[in-house]
Amino acid sequence: MNGTPGIGWDFARRLLRNRLAAAGGAVILFFFLVSALPGLFSTHEPNRIDIVNILRPPSGAHPLGTDDLGRDVLARVVHGARISLSVGFVAVGIAIAIGLIVGLLAGFYGGWADAVLMRLVDMMLCFPTFFLILSVIAFLEPSIWNIMTVIGLTGWMGVARLVRAETLSIKERDFVAAARAQGAGSARIIFRHVLPNTLAPILVAATLGVAGAILTESALSFLGIGVQPPTPSWGNILTAGKDNIEYAWWLSLFPGLAILVTVLGYNLLGEGIRDAADPRLKGR
Amino acid sequence: MTGGIYRPEEDGAILSLVNVYKTFPVRKSFFSTENLRVRAVDGVSLTVPPGKTLGLVGESGCGKTTLARLAIRLLDPDAGAIRFDGKEITRMEGEALRVTRRQMQIVFQDPYSSLNPRMKVSDIVGEGWLVHGLARGKELRERAERLLVRVGLPADAGGKYPHEFSGGQRQRIGIARAIALSPKLVVADEPVSALDVSVQAQILNLLRDLQEEYGMAYLFVSHDLRVIRHVSDDVAVMYLGKLMETGPAAELFHEPLHPYTRSLLSAVPMLGDAPSERIVLSGEIPSPISPPPGCRFHTRCFMAEKVCEEVCPLLRSIAPGRYAACHFV
Repeated sequence: MNGTPGIGWDFARRLLRNRLAAAGGAVILFFFLVSALPGLFSTHEPNRIDIVNILRPPSGAHPLGTDDLGRDVLARVVHGARISLSVGFVAVGIAIAIGLIVGLLAGFYGGWADAVLMRLVDMMLCFPTFFLILSVIAFLEPSIWNIMTVIGLTGWMGVARLVRAETLSIKERDFVAAARAQGAGSARIIFRHVLPNTLAPILVAATLGVAGAILTESALSFLGIGVQPPTPSWGNILTAGKDNIEYAWWLSLFPGLAILVTVLGYNLLGEGIRDAADPRLKGR
Repeated sequence: MTGGIYRPEEDGAILSLVNVYKTFPVRKSFFSTENLRVRAVDGVSLTVPPGKTLGLVGESGCGKTTLARLAIRLLDPDAGAIRFDGKEITRMEGEALRVTRRQMQIVFQDPYSSLNPRMKVSDIVGEGWLVHGLARGKELRERAERLLVRVGLPADAGGKYPHEFSGGQRQRIGIARAIALSPKLVVADEPVSALDVSVQAQILNLLRDLQEEYGMAYLFVSHDLRVIRHVSDDVAVMYLGKLMETGPAAELFHEPLHPYTRSLLSAVPMLGDAPSERIVLSGEIPSPISPPPGCRFHTRCFMAEKVCEEVCPLLRSIAPGRYAACHFV
């Protein structure tokens, strides 16, 4: 997390001792593996239509059953993992990048830069995010890239506030004054002294943010304006399942479970990181 | 009333402050329109000769840390002039200031907040070399190692992080950083007040040895009179943003002139000495937002008379090299 052997080890030990966080981390690792090597978990083609085997319940050939076009549900959930996780990561990456820049500039320079940037944050927070995303996607083509970008562009405000608050406190510390006395410029102070000391809370925000982004993507796909079929994402598999939910429960249950477990995993890990990084909880 | 008003002897001085003022805004509440300001440094003049130590002593909140930071332009003065090594640096900006800063460094009070917890010790010590293009990479690490050994740390200290060291060791790292660029002036802002007494002595001896070796001047800020006596060539006594008295350390400690200095000295327990009469100050130090009129010290002074409430005494010569700001000295 920070390249500090001492702090890092201590941090990792405390994180792993928290069983819930460790379980969350294990779930996340498992889904990483699924996204990276889908062939290991399902040998079926996710988009292969099989008219003969429509809406078959879970069996040896199709462990999670088949959908209304005879496609293997396990294969679709496994391949959907990559899409859903990518959306989560790219969206959060965009949000963190914007939030970091805005927060660092506002906190470090203060004055009118701070005022302007923070009013921008307030303005962005006034929009009900989900409906903003809905209306933007309604105008744009609902491609996976647009979804990632829009989720990212509407999710950076919390990070910006967090980074600004951290920056305000860190820039008053003596080591920043020492760097200035050594002749370091503002850019060096921001990137070498302030930024590395804001990373712990950002990591927490990022982990929790991934969970939120995956949920948002699922919701958008469920409403039909997210990732477009036939590309599988957990949200649109769920949508496809809802029409047949009365007699084919497996269509909705398994993608729903995947979403639930993943989001839970990120939230548990995020909270675990927060606790492990908090010195007041040391020795617990 | 023997001599003239105090004027800093600027010839040959490494640092001189002339009538420096610094105030900070206080916001009472969000809706308050009152424009209140803390008068942290209120017209101070002083000089530090090259290779010598000026001890700046005063109670908490008297403005000595502010003065220390003004001296090396970590803060900008509201009025007055700051000269360093014969150059006016009061309004110096940008590259000129950056280059000048190589010559003046600071050691901080808190050995914890003064070192970046995310940087290795060799990078902390060598940051000045890096930003001035003097050393990098392997050379920087080797030079840092030599310097760390010089300040009494193990040779492998450079590869570690600050949290692996004790308070005294961290202060040694801070000192190594301050002398890395071979400055002509080091401002030491309460460098030992966060340390144990036994460690204090080690750090003070290190600072003295380094001064002999490199010929730096120190502006040494402390509230501890014993520390000031140990390290200083000259002493300046500060109270509520103003200098009360200044003079050579030996004479000032032997025979303090100003009633404030006298009461401070009488409060220091001296082992072995016959108990002298203690002068106990009554009351608290007044608020620097609205300092008392006349002499700043009259509200607590045992010698105060009518004139003290009305006329602010100037720092004037009492004897050769000795100055005090009091109507009755």
